[in-house]
Amino acid sequence: MNIWLYILVSAAVSYLIRVTPLALIRREIRSRTLRSFLYYVPYVTLAVMTFPAIVDATQSPLAGLLALIAGCLLSWFGGSLFQVAIACCLVVLAAEWFLI
Amino acid sequence: MTTLNDNRACFRAGLRDGIPIALGYFAVAFTLGIAARNAGFTALQAFVESLTNNASAGEYAVFSLAAAGAGLWEVAVMTLVANARYLLMSCSLSQKLSPDTPLGHRMLIAFDVTDEIFGISIAVPGRLNPWYTYGAMAVAIPGWSVGTCLGVVMGNVLPLRLVSALSVGLYGMFIAIIVPPSRRSKIVGGLVLLSFALSYAAARWEALAGLSSGVKTILLTVVISLAAALLFPVKDTETEEAAS
Repeated sequence: MNIWLYILVSAAVSYLIRVTPLALIRREIRSRTLRSFLYYVPYVTLAVMTFPAIVDATQSPLAGLLALIAGCLLSWFGGSLFQVAIACCLVVLAAEWFLI
Repeated sequence: MTTLNDNRACFRAGLRDGIPIALGYFAVAFTLGIAARNAGFTALQAFVESLTNNASAGEYAVFSLAAAGAGLWEVAVMTLVANARYLLMSCSLSQKLSPDTPLGHRMLIAFDVTDEIFGISIAVPGRLNPWYTYGAMAVAIPGWSVGTCLGVVMGNVLPLRLVSALSVGLYGMFIAIIVPPSRRSKIVGGLVLLSFALSYAAARWEALAGLSSGVKTILLTVVISLAAALLFPVKDTETEEAAS
């Protein structure tokens, strides 16, 4: 499959998702179920994509697991997006220094 | 009434608020570039993908699917699912704009509705002047797309140890998005844990080995979110909090 086709399709879908409500909907969505569904989707989909993928991404699965735990703890206690992302990287770097 | 001076002041304010966002984007986009490189994207292709998509999870899903040689419909559906939250954010933003905001402005803002740009745009007191969002976009978009591009280029020369470490940066960002709401809401927290468990089961269960990881993500997301919406419908104030 040509990679440019992947880019074209993903760009078109990404833009349509964002522009459709802004251009067309000027009133709030009334359906409570639809609102609730849209409210839960980001958390569920990001969680599904994070685990177990984070464990499979590193050379040592244990390092990935430690990064997951460290990231969750730091974020729980107020770490910013940037801090959490960097902390996960540092944990893997440190863990694999000893494990590999 | 907005004057030209108002627009200039708003643009500068957006530029100022966009700088920390751009720096964060740069680091995360770099790790995304490593995923792009692994999926066979050139630096130019990764640059264009980031320039036109502006979505971490969505782009990551595209790179994973491309690496697996998935079909275009799979890419379309997965992009839709991974970016579904932007639909909700755009709905909120449409309420934040003055109703007489011209279509052209609406179409430009739509280009970069991300967690962070949306967050600062919705936090502006009163109605949103589109020029504020443009100011933030002016630094955030280059940070994101150039970061991805450099991830592809530099990922090649970095030692394996460093690539392994940087590859979890993206998951760290996902964690930073899902954990704070989990702390505020037991339902969201429970759903995140349930999603971890079911995702692990789906990844390891032999019977599902025939399905691509993208299809598994779509199925799990729709089933879990729909069940949650039916069992725990949210109050209007909660969706507004999530949006702010």
